Amino acid sequence: MGGAGGYCSREGREKMTDLSTTYLGLELKNPLVVSPSPLSEDINNVRQMEDSGAAAVVLHSLFEEQVTLEAEELNRHLSEGTESFAESLTYLPDMTRYNRGPEGYLELIRKAREAVEIPVIASLNGVSPGGWLDYARKIEEAGASALELNIYFLATDPGVSSSEIEQGYCDLVSRVKQNLHIPVAVKLGPYFSAVANFARRLDQAGADALVLFNRFYQPDFDLENLEVLPAVVLSHSHELLLRLHWVSILYGHLNADLAVTGGVHTAEDVLKSMMAGANVAMMTSALLRNGISHLEGVRADLADWMAEHEYTSIRQMQGSLSLQSVPNPAAFERANYMRVLSSYSLRTFGPWRMGMTNGE
Amino acid sequence: MARAKITIDGNEATALVAYLASEVIAIYPITPSSPMGELADRWSVDGKSNIWGGIPKVMEMQSEGGAAGALHGALQVGSLGTTFTSSQGLLLMIPNMYKIAGELTAAVLHVAARTVATHALSIFGDHSDVMATRATGFALLAANTVQEAMDLGLISHAAALESRVPFVHFFDGFRTSHEISKVEEITAEDVRAMIEENSVRAHRERGLSPDHPFVRGTAQNPDVFFQAQEAVNPYYRACPTIVENVMERFRQIAGRSYRLFDYVGAPDAERVIVMMGSGAEAAQEAVEHLVEKGEKVGLVKVRLYRPFSLEHFLGALPRTVKTIAALDRTKEAGSIGEPLYLDVVAALAENAAGGPVSFAAAPRVVGGRYGLSSKEFTPAMVKGVFDEMAKPNPKTHFTVGIHDDVSHTSLDYDPSFSTEDPEVVRGIFYGLGSDGTVGANKNSIKIIGEDTENYAQGYFVYDSKKAGSVTVSHLRFGPKPIHSTYLIDRATFVACHQFAFLERFDVLQAAEPGATFLLNAPFGPEEIWEHLPRTIQDQIIRKRLRFYVIDAVKVAREAGMGRRINTVMQTCFFALSGVLPRDEAIAAIKRSIEKTYGKRGEAIVARNFAAVDGALNFLFEVPAPQAVSSNFDIQPPVPESAPEFVRKVTSSIIAGQGDSLPVSAFSPDGTFPSATAKWEKRNIALEIPVWDQDLCIQCGKCVMVCPHSVIRAKVYDSRHLENAPASFKSTAARWKDFKQLRYTLAVAPEDCTGCSLCVEICPVKSKAEAKHRAINMEAQPPLREQERVNWDFFLDLPEMDRGVLSHGQVKDAQLLEPLFEFSGACAGCGETPYIRLMTQLFGDRCLIANATGCSSIYGGNLPTTPYTINRQGLGPAWSNSLFEDDAEFGLGMRLAVDNQADYARHLVRQLAPQLGEKEAEEILSADQSTEPGIHQQRERVRALKEKLQGLNPVEARDLASVADALVKKSVWIVGGDGWAYDIGYGGLDHVLASGKNVNVLVLDTEVYSNTGGQMSKATPRGAVAKFAAGGKENPKKDLAMMAMTYGSVYVARVAMGGNDTHTVKVLLEAEAYNGPSLIIAYSHCIAHGYDMVFGMEQQKAAVQSGYWPLFRYNPELAREGKNPLQIDSRPPSIPLEKYIYNETRYTMLVHAQPEAAKRALRLAQEDVRARWELYEKWAAPAATVPGKGEKK
Repeated sequence: MGGAGGYCSREGREKMTDLSTTYLGLELKNPLVVSPSPLSEDINNVRQMEDSGAAAVVLHSLFEEQVTLEAEELNRHLSEGTESFAESLTYLPDMTRYNRGPEGYLELIRKAREAVEIPVIASLNGVSPGGWLDYARKIEEAGASALELNIYFLATDPGVSSSEIEQGYCDLVSRVKQNLHIPVAVKLGPYFSAVANFARRLDQAGADALVLFNRFYQPDFDLENLEVLPAVVLSHSHELLLRLHWVSILYGHLNADLAVTGGVHTAEDVLKSMMAGANVAMMTSALLRNGISHLEGVRADLADWMAEHEYTSIRQMQGSLSLQSVPNPAAFERANYMRVLSSYSLRTFGPWRMGMTNGE
Repeated sequence: MARAKITIDGNEATALVAYLASEVIAIYPITPSSPMGELADRWSVDGKSNIWGGIPKVMEMQSEGGAAGALHGALQVGSLGTTFTSSQGLLLMIPNMYKIAGELTAAVLHVAARTVATHALSIFGDHSDVMATRATGFALLAANTVQEAMDLGLISHAAALESRVPFVHFFDGFRTSHEISKVEEITAEDVRAMIEENSVRAHRERGLSPDHPFVRGTAQNPDVFFQAQEAVNPYYRACPTIVENVMERFRQIAGRSYRLFDYVGAPDAERVIVMMGSGAEAAQEAVEHLVEKGEKVGLVKVRLYRPFSLEHFLGALPRTVKTIAALDRTKEAGSIGEPLYLDVVAALAENAAGGPVSFAAAPRVVGGRYGLSSKEFTPAMVKGVFDEMAKPNPKTHFTVGIHDDVSHTSLDYDPSFSTEDPEVVRGIFYGLGSDGTVGANKNSIKIIGEDTENYAQGYFVYDSKKAGSVTVSHLRFGPKPIHSTYLIDRATFVACHQFAFLERFDVLQAAEPGATFLLNAPFGPEEIWEHLPRTIQDQIIRKRLRFYVIDAVKVAREAGMGRRINTVMQTCFFALSGVLPRDEAIAAIKRSIEKTYGKRGEAIVARNFAAVDGALNFLFEVPAPQAVSSNFDIQPPVPESAPEFVRKVTSSIIAGQGDSLPVSAFSPDGTFPSATAKWEKRNIALEIPVWDQDLCIQCGKCVMVCPHSVIRAKVYDSRHLENAPASFKSTAARWKDFKQLRYTLAVAPEDCTGCSLCVEICPVKSKAEAKHRAINMEAQPPLREQERVNWDFFLDLPEMDRGVLSHGQVKDAQLLEPLFEFSGACAGCGETPYIRLMTQLFGDRCLIANATGCSSIYGGNLPTTPYTINRQGLGPAWSNSLFEDDAEFGLGMRLAVDNQADYARHLVRQLAPQLGEKEAEEILSADQSTEPGIHQQRERVRALKEKLQGLNPVEARDLASVADALVKKSVWIVGGDGWAYDIGYGGLDHVLASGKNVNVLVLDTEVYSNTGGQMSKATPRGAVAKFAAGGKENPKKDLAMMAMTYGSVYVARVAMGGNDTHTVKVLLEAEAYNGPSLIIAYSHCIAHGYDMVFGMEQQKAAVQSGYWPLFRYNPELAREGKNPLQIDSRPPSIPLEKYIYNETRYTMLVHAQPEAAKRALRLAQEDVRARWELYEKWAAPAATVPGKGEKK
């Protein structure tokens, strides 16, 4: 058990290092939270997440749209061709009940709560005002520790303004908050003109945490068949920077907790998130790529790094590199952009072409 | 205590009691009895118990013969058993019925009585099936109404147990089996009280058991059989009294009284009708009406027809009777009279010879037929019969309800005679199958039945098309029980749910003066009037109708309901009929929506609610102007250019006036002309394909997949374009050899169903706009006129010389003229493309034996037939025999064709000196293996026939009559999987083993599609089907592999969407193979719960997943020393779930029983793997024969 060269054993170090944090009013043993993915559809995976050191798990999202689509499809096919022809008034037996819609998801929440000690956070992606509220209530009733609102609305209608959309989100959050007792987090995307302002409005609407940022599926093109295909790309650590940037900016301005999601792969990523001011760091892509046990290594590395650098607790570092805590806040502001640009040899390219070159 | 009332149909009423009183239920689907088996199966899956607390074992068999056998076995071991059937199904049970009755075994067969197929199949109701079982020894008990089906169904079970005589309990197919009616419920307690436990125990004790062994079913000789047969007599003598006692017990329990023969009418009646079945209710209405007017008429309703109790029958007749009319709902050609008539005559004769009853005067008996195949039977016809009976010499062996201008059997009657109760609200609703009208009306009638004090009746009429079918709902409700077992012809409410119907038929014909007319139209109250045809305007004014209009499509669309306008129209009906206060009506509609759709998802309920809430805001009353102003009227059903038969006969049937056709309109042997579907322009597509000639690569795939043959291609000389319509499209042909010719892809705008399969299969996408293909859907109405002209012009273009085309290539095959077109199959049907392709390749010389099923219905259901002819007048000769015997039927065709050819060759040889030796030799030695070879032979035979006209010997005339057999014929045996895998398998196996040159095309939809999706042995593991509500537990039977084991059968599995060239190649190889061929064709189907637009894509997925490997087994290759089995598709490249979870038949199990679904998926995936491995081994090159080049 004993360590060599003056170092404590790993266990010893962990004992000395306080990894705990709070998120959504929940006491977490560490800042590692598993973000939504198909992994959580299987209760055995959820168990393994806990065993590997996750402090909480956010289940995959319940998509209202999908529930509706499934219902429509079932209804359509059960109705199709019926009552048209005397010999075949129906084509499929109508079952007594269908274990469908939110039922399976709510059952998963129940089972997950029974299976693990760590908090189980449900995730909801609604489309209709009624749907959001209704499903949120059902999720609470099913025993979720908290609810993450996955507000992903693609504003394809040129007639809808950004202010309408933002107001809609804020109204939604306050309505859900009024109707729920469990804490509510809001997961949002990075594409808002005034992220800080919007974050404050969500905060005022009652959000208990903001989760920055959602990653969206982007359609890809199949050149051979001239088809548009949905593409899923796992995240990389470089995506973390955008999150760090905004968490740093928001830290200290909100009552709501902050969570980083997207690009968290290593202990370093977690540390950066904490120093930016996040309460927790969420990961999924790393687990999809390396397996759930990847969490064990991250947690150990985290503890190692902290011990090496003589941090005693997570809380100690939270926000330490945020906008308000750094000596030169300009690093986070627009000047920063100009400086980065000028550090490249600009040649004759403008900034746009610059971006293209950057990708090469 | 008031008994609970439920609103159900006759099938459910019967199944409810049959299920409660049974332990073993053997089932097999046949219309119209199938729902009884389906309900029993579902209840059993749901764990519903019978009165003894057990769950009946429900087992689907391979045929009704099998069901009867299984039932017989169960009964012999002492179980209480039942089955449900109709028509041909009952006939298949007859051998076992003799056994069951001969062994005095209590059992009940519940029969939704249906016409037995004779000159034609008919799914509708009469007593020809039941009458065919008279000699079996079964008791026959007739129920006339939905209530009676429940009551007498139960009485049958009780009486069978007590008498030991097995019962057929029957009621009229459709008229009773499918009529929805408000009835008093029979509870499990009632059933328990009715079934005598001692009889049950005695029945069990008579069962076979090794614990007290005996034998039953011996073979007997002349010495004893006769005596032993007579031993049953006491039981038959006792049976009527037992039934009478059971009926009395039933009266004490349920309060309703029945007698063996129930009399209604004047106690001193002089004219009495004797009859049974639903028609007796119409007769009762007429009798009561006439008696009130002082006429001395009466009616004997026969309930227990066998054993026929002379004493009870005579006791039911008033002593004053002078004339008796026995009415039979069946025909016994060649008999003195129909069965009931003969019984009545015999009864009176026996009575006259010293019987118990003395009549005032010996009654005269006349017999008549009515109501065959659910032909309407009305009080007016009953009045006609009574009027005839009042004549000094009444007609006998008459018919009523038709116009017989051949044998002059029919009675005249006054159709204006009506007994409709003025207190009864009578509504007629015209809808499309796809708009949900019938479903909504079923709902409405249940609401009225269950939420109001009213009695209610619903009956529904469908046309014979599966796509775009017209439905007519007949709803009655009022304060008294409703006995009107006939359609409404005096409506107080008429709703037309589809505006397009107005130009097709007169929807107001049955509207009574002052009736309400509700119309769904895309026009508001101000503009609607000018859009109505003259006939409609005239009736609105003349009959002073209250006229309302609503744009239900708009309301439905805004509520997210698409084209389903059902709830919108239902809400309007309730609002206008006033049967319930509006708020209550809306609440009731919402409750029923919740009940029907709640389990499918809240979104569905919400949409329906939105439609209900939105409806009344758009309902407007339209004040009718004083005068008719329209300058157009209802369109004639067929154009003047149609052939005479089509104009005179077919058009009446199309127009819904078939009842008015006289006997002389029809051939006496069931023969109809081909090529009539093209005259029935249905215009059901909202959008039709439009060709982009610049983008098109002329691949022919759209022609290949079109289920209705509405897309066609021709290559022709440009000179034919001289008089082309201005909008006619044409482009340079993209063929190496036809570069100088033009190419046109044409669309039949009025025959298209709008399925869009063609667009989905099109491989070309515009470089400027990916969604634009070489063929695109556009709105039909603006294109209709222009494209009709273009289509006619296209049809007149010459056909390509078949000899220059490479038939094995899809690109060339598209140019072959299809001889199967515009069938009534579902839009997007997966079966019909195979049939069309077959007719393109061999249609001018093929005979088709078609098993009963979808393909016989869209292939041969009147009014029109899709099989057509080419310019030479050649085309498929098509016939349907039965469901079970199709292979044998086709084999018989082959034997006949071969025999005729042999005889013709014999005669050619014999007449060679007169015909010319050289010509004779050419005919005898003709090579007909190629199209040009066949063409040349056809020319030779034509010349031969001309020459024969000048010759006189008998042999010459004989040769002329069989000469056509000298041209090669192609015999096709076509049917579905229900036939090939189940009911017809024994025969199919025999025919495959026969070595004869027949081609079997199995259109495998993996369920009994035509009867509504029941499981067959082709149903795959894990798929939900009727009779497999928990998902099928066992894998699909590998019919191909079974056939391959013969080694002498050409076997192939095809999927057009998987590889269309392969399909074409297989058809050609199979036809060329001089022996039996079996082609199993993947046919996507509406019963899969899949969007048929993507049918071909799904076929591709089936192949890619390895679920449906494409292969050919050609015995010819074995003769060449090669492996006869060639696998033509690649190893599985996608997981099975990527294929199956596109279909509701699989996903509904995931929703309903996730664990079972998971298990089924795992096993099914393993099935795929194992079978692929097996096929691969079988198809491996012969090099692995032991000792020859084995590699390590």
